[in-house]
Amino acid sequence: MSPKTLYDKIWDAHLAHEAEDGTALLYIDRHLVHEVTSPQAFEGLRMANRPVHAPDKTIAVPDHNVPTTEDRVNGIDNEESRIQVDALDKNAKDFGIHYYPVSDVRQGIVHIVGPEQGWTLPGMTVVCGDSHTATHGAFGALAHGIGTSEVEHVLATQTLIQKKSKNMKVEITGKLRPGVTAKDITLSVIGETGTAGGTGYVIEYCGEAIRDLSMEGRMTVCNMAIEGGARAGLIAPDDVTYDYVKGRPHAPKGAQWEAALTWWKTLYSDDDAHWDKVITIKGEDIAPVVTWGTSPEDVLPITASVPAPEDFKGGKVDAAKRALDYMGLTPGQALSEIEIDTVFIGSCTNGRIEDLRAAAAILKGKKIKDGMRAMVVPGSGLVRAQAEEEGLADIFKEAGFEWRMAGCSMCLAMNPDQLSEGERCASTSNRNFEGRQGFKGRTHLVSPAMAAAAAVTGHLTDVREMM
Amino acid sequence: MEKFQKLTGTAAPMPLVNIDTDMIIPKVFLKSIQRTGFGKNLFDEMRYNRDGSEIPDFVLNKPQYRNAEIIVAGDNFGCGSSREHAPWALKDFGIKCVISTSFADIFYNNCFKNGILPIVLPQEDVDKLMDDANRGANATLTVDLENQTIQGPDGGSIAFEVDAFKKHCLIEGLDDIDLTLAKKASIDTFEAEAAQARPWV
Repeated sequence: MSPKTLYDKIWDAHLAHEAEDGTALLYIDRHLVHEVTSPQAFEGLRMANRPVHAPDKTIAVPDHNVPTTEDRVNGIDNEESRIQVDALDKNAKDFGIHYYPVSDVRQGIVHIVGPEQGWTLPGMTVVCGDSHTATHGAFGALAHGIGTSEVEHVLATQTLIQKKSKNMKVEITGKLRPGVTAKDITLSVIGETGTAGGTGYVIEYCGEAIRDLSMEGRMTVCNMAIEGGARAGLIAPDDVTYDYVKGRPHAPKGAQWEAALTWWKTLYSDDDAHWDKVITIKGEDIAPVVTWGTSPEDVLPITASVPAPEDFKGGKVDAAKRALDYMGLTPGQALSEIEIDTVFIGSCTNGRIEDLRAAAAILKGKKIKDGMRAMVVPGSGLVRAQAEEEGLADIFKEAGFEWRMAGCSMCLAMNPDQLSEGERCASTSNRNFEGRQGFKGRTHLVSPAMAAAAAVTGHLTDVREMM
Repeated sequence: MEKFQKLTGTAAPMPLVNIDTDMIIPKVFLKSIQRTGFGKNLFDEMRYNRDGSEIPDFVLNKPQYRNAEIIVAGDNFGCGSSREHAPWALKDFGIKCVISTSFADIFYNNCFKNGILPIVLPQEDVDKLMDDANRGANATLTVDLENQTIQGPDGGSIAFEVDAFKKHCLIEGLDDIDLTLAKKASIDTFEAEAAQARPWV
């Protein structure tokens, strides 16, 4: 047998049909659904009188629109948001799919709920009408975002029409230095490849620094594979993965666990597998990073200065000019002197328990800067409950943070959590696009520890100075 | 799905790189549960002032581009989210073809599901078409999907590549779900075998 990558193996195990030109029907093991990209798909099923092909493999949770204040139990004020969430309630019920409503303690961001409940397992194919589906690749599952037409296609057929992507290996060698996290890894990779560097590829992240990460950290790395343009990011499963999965509500048990484990242990890239592209970064070369512009590729170490448009080439010169103007920054200004109005800790990138622990470790016994608006939005109700049990919530509250209910919140600002015009935010989310966190809002992407440090000092800060 | 065969229309130049889905259709407009009506909010934050008045400098607000059916764009058009609202908004406005050096994967696929043809070309071809587009309504392009060519205003022709299956579906206006359900026997067989091999799924 010819050597295969992990992606090749998962692909081959899910081919329901392949045409001569390579157009494949890929079988989908898990379909995650949220309220924003699904209503038109369910409506399409109704119009054609089609059922959901595999309701048992379909899991829905509202996350994008939901308010994160405790009074949300009384209902959603915004009429359009309420209509979308009500539509998901109804669609879940009518089509008989698994559902975690706003009132359920397990509700949260779909990409945090899936792994937490054991829906996401190694070797699976996982899709969702959301680009950050890449998150689930941390389990060695082939996971990617799809559009609403494809959501309808998966609901109706449990397959996707696909052409195979190319294989890219991203190896992070050696150890990370203190203060450097999974977020810094994933942003640094995008800084290296650019936001289109992964287009046409599935990335497998490997190397000692990746192996050393917890599942939470691995999810952060894979989550932003899409920001590098890749269809999906993958990390081969190992004992860290199995330990995380074991005992979760929908993980296999007993003899099935043993059978699953036997298969999962075959899920790695063969030594002599073919890679279409290889990128190697030394773990020790990665610093705590921040973004300065309006694309996730606009990333620099916190010790650097704001670049000038002339530092770039081609179309990026005008893009950098536009970004500096939008961000209100001057070339040569030290990144660590940029003053911050707001700190957001949360999102499917950094809304897990380990993220809250990292931020709380910086905040313990400290107060946020006067006038700072700071908010923690746990990724799920269960993350929130665990953080309360571990005393993290008290640390955040005593420091001056707002302690919120679970949802996507200010990562994309579809709910009331938004930046106002010109408001500058250190954010643990994944996109610094123009208007992403609110009209004319300014976003600097950082790790949870860096966000916490900025909340205390009032400016972007090298977290290593506070450790 | 609406067919795409041959299109002659005005091309609007948008040379900015990394035009993302939040620019194409900001999230405040994602709250509809319909597929239509997004055209008026296409490129909303670039196109309108806060008071709703038009920003005259924005390309699609200029008289010669108001009826553009083609966009010639900078690298990595459509990066960001999976929102199909982005192609829905383009289509609702009247854009049927986007030409760039590269597209984000999900956006690229979403276009084909909505009768929009995204065309990938080398930088030098995109530069030439960008020059043509800068000449406004007097410089229409003709995109011929069957023959995989773009004819410029000066008579020159540029060839482009497109996946044969996607081309077939666009030209015939085929519905993916119908095509797949025709292979239901293969799916059922796969499902039965997978249930044996990986019963825990």
